[in-house]
Amino acid sequence: MPTSPSDPAAGYDLAVIGAGPAGLAAAVTAADLGLRCALLDAGPRTGGQYYRHPAPGLGATRPGRLHHGWRHYTALAVRLAAHTRAGRVDHLAEHQVWTAERAEGWLLHAGVGAAAERRATVRARAVLLATGAYERQLPFPGWTLPGVVTAGGAQAMLKSGLVLPGRRIVLAGSGPLLLAAASSLVAAGAEVPLVAEAADYLGYARRPAVPAAVPGKLAEGAVHAAALLRHRVRLLRRTAVVEAHGTDRVTGVTLARLDRDWRPLPGTERRVACDALAVGHGLLPQIELATELGAETRRTPDGAFALRVDARQRTSLPGLWAAGETCGVGGADLALAEGELAAYAVAGRPPSAGTVRRRARLRAFAELMAAAHRPGAGWPGWLRPDTEVCRCEEVTAGRIGEAVDALGAGDARTVKLLTRAGMGWCQGRMCGPAVACLAGGPAAGPDSRPLAVPVPLGQLGRLGPCGRSDGPGPSAGPRG
Amino acid sequence: MKRASLDVVVVGAGVVGAACAYYATLAGLRVAVVDRGPVAGGTTGAGEGNLLVSDKEPGPELDLALLSTRLWHDLAATLGPAVEYEPKGGLVVAADQPRLDALRTFAAGQTAAGVEAVEVPADALRELEPHLAPGLAGGFHYPQDAQVQPALAAAHLLRAAREAGAELRLGETVRAVRTGPGGEVRGVATDRGELAAPAVVNAAGTWGGELAALAGVALPVLPRRGFVLVTEPLPRIVRHKVYAADYVADVASGSAALQTSAVVEGTPAGPVLIGASRERVGFDRTLSVEVLRRLAAQAARLFPVLADVSVLRAYRGFRPYLPDHLPAIGADPRVPGLHHACGHEGAGIGLAPATGLLISRQLTGKPPGFDLAPFRADRFPGAA
Repeated sequence: MPTSPSDPAAGYDLAVIGAGPAGLAAAVTAADLGLRCALLDAGPRTGGQYYRHPAPGLGATRPGRLHHGWRHYTALAVRLAAHTRAGRVDHLAEHQVWTAERAEGWLLHAGVGAAAERRATVRARAVLLATGAYERQLPFPGWTLPGVVTAGGAQAMLKSGLVLPGRRIVLAGSGPLLLAAASSLVAAGAEVPLVAEAADYLGYARRPAVPAAVPGKLAEGAVHAAALLRHRVRLLRRTAVVEAHGTDRVTGVTLARLDRDWRPLPGTERRVACDALAVGHGLLPQIELATELGAETRRTPDGAFALRVDARQRTSLPGLWAAGETCGVGGADLALAEGELAAYAVAGRPPSAGTVRRRARLRAFAELMAAAHRPGAGWPGWLRPDTEVCRCEEVTAGRIGEAVDALGAGDARTVKLLTRAGMGWCQGRMCGPAVACLAGGPAAGPDSRPLAVPVPLGQLGRLGPCGRSDGPGPSAGPRG
Repeated sequence: MKRASLDVVVVGAGVVGAACAYYATLAGLRVAVVDRGPVAGGTTGAGEGNLLVSDKEPGPELDLALLSTRLWHDLAATLGPAVEYEPKGGLVVAADQPRLDALRTFAAGQTAAGVEAVEVPADALRELEPHLAPGLAGGFHYPQDAQVQPALAAAHLLRAAREAGAELRLGETVRAVRTGPGGEVRGVATDRGELAAPAVVNAAGTWGGELAALAGVALPVLPRRGFVLVTEPLPRIVRHKVYAADYVADVASGSAALQTSAVVEGTPAGPVLIGASRERVGFDRTLSVEVLRRLAAQAARLFPVLADVSVLRAYRGFRPYLPDHLPAIGADPRVPGLHHACGHEGAGIGLAPATGLLISRQLTGKPPGFDLAPFRADRFPGAA
């Protein structure tokens, strides 16, 4: 059982879930402050989605070339390695936590290995949730064609496998990730004819108005903008891909201008050829481990649900802390600051005033970004009745409309019950926002996902009583 | 008070309220269904859709279940394939000889009460369920057991009721039950206005006690939490509703402590559902790792092939439970015009049509043709 080798019964002072920017910063800072830490992550290497980098076997010579702020990562990685050698941090790679259980502190139940073929239970006094975010998807006709990827997925392919999703790639959707992805793709040699931003805002790429107090963010935007200018990438505002064309694979897209509410304007459609399309509508906090325990949430300006935390990153549940995207999507710099703040708070030490100020500044900027890229209510205007909304269960927009009109489903949960939309493998991560919107309005609360990831039944059944791992299974018959 | 343009207000848009609205509308009554939430937003949406006679001992609940079994058969033809009605039959298995003997005695009593129960010797179990674990002592096949998708069943009952003239008012909360000078029901007040009607049906399920209190009477409905595990979609590897004989004892138990006995079944959509746990913990929605562990272990013991299958999700619901495990059905002698149709515990989906039919007969002044005395709402001590 991979808990603390020195004293497995007592467990760790702090278990950090997620080894992206927030989790890494938290684990090394907490270890600096004398806490014994476990750093759990679903992936084989630290870095999370943001600092995703190629497996050593691929022989990448300059993985940092694809990253803004790579030196932050390498510095953290060096500190982590020192703590790991000294036994202050255990990096538990390929640990997918499926639930957190309260039991004199916390028990984290995880599947271990690339296919969760083994299991582990990690005990800790405090838990920090740094599980990041996943991409918000809005469906459109043709979005299930091969060659249509998410903006984050395109970046991930590039960062981890050094491969491109196509040669001529259109980017569409909304949010700063689009420009970052476009910039990475052109730097890696792809042709990007255009970036279609659905919102009316590309200000951070064009003029230094709003984020005057955030020089780091500005610099990042300027770098992307310069790269895109150099490669003659056109930036279109209030424009969306309303259909992807192709039979075996995407061969082109139809663009349309949008009104203020993201309703496609008739007569503005035009076709653009491409062999790949990367779409993203920003990120959604991945918070189910906390919300299933009853942690309080807040709605961010883009309509997402994030964990409510106080100035010291405490959630509403004693002993549970959160940092980074789980508290509202805001990028790597904010995640680093929040991870550090959380570590100080868990250790009961005052944080540096500079970090507190940096966090406040970056958080304010994140809220502005979220407001600028909030999906408009008119986007379903580009759906057709046969457009698949839930890909896992193959539920079309038409069937969702029937559930709403004929069966009285007025919210996302009821639509799910009556159509199976959101019941498949991804548990609604892909279709959740779209289903909520089609059901007649934003969801009243965060999606319910009692199991954060799928768990093999045999593994569930072999957990020891009270959740201790590796205990013998119950010996009685089926009698409960 | 506005002129009574309604004959009855049904409070609750779960499967029981839907069935009450359906039969009352077909009987010619003007019906409004009010629910503070959506269709099937309470226990109905958290159920497996069991239409069981196999788990019921001879008595009033079994009689109700047998009536409902016939009604569901007819409803399935009327409502169409969308409700996913499957007369798949149940298979109850016994792990050892003493349990088999007990099951045999139980089945004999049921047979006398009108249940079809066919003993299946150990060596024939796998003809019915090829993936069943070896080494079981034997079992009984109950051909009358069936299944529906409960949320769809409720939604389509309400759709049919609306098509016949019923009014559906969702997201509307009943704040008061209005009564006249003689204490008789005059309608309800909601957060949106007044609904005048000479009859109110309490189909508020687990929250039925609260609605009864608004009418000034006590009805001790308590929540009994249950979890259901849902696997990844699979080809049909479980054909019947399969459970161990111990389940019957759990259903009948009044204990507050956790009880689990796996009930395993496939669904038309592919996932295998694994219930059922029972515990009285109020409305606590927290995932219980211990419940999951026990259900998973028991299911894998019945069907070893499931051990390698992924559990995608789990859901929980709160069965509306009355102290003697029988629902409250029919006119409340304490408040003229108040009718109860709640407290069905884990059997609400199965018992809904019979409940709705009997309520509609009472509402229209017809003889129910069924002894409703065991279901009277004033049967509990201190319920004066």
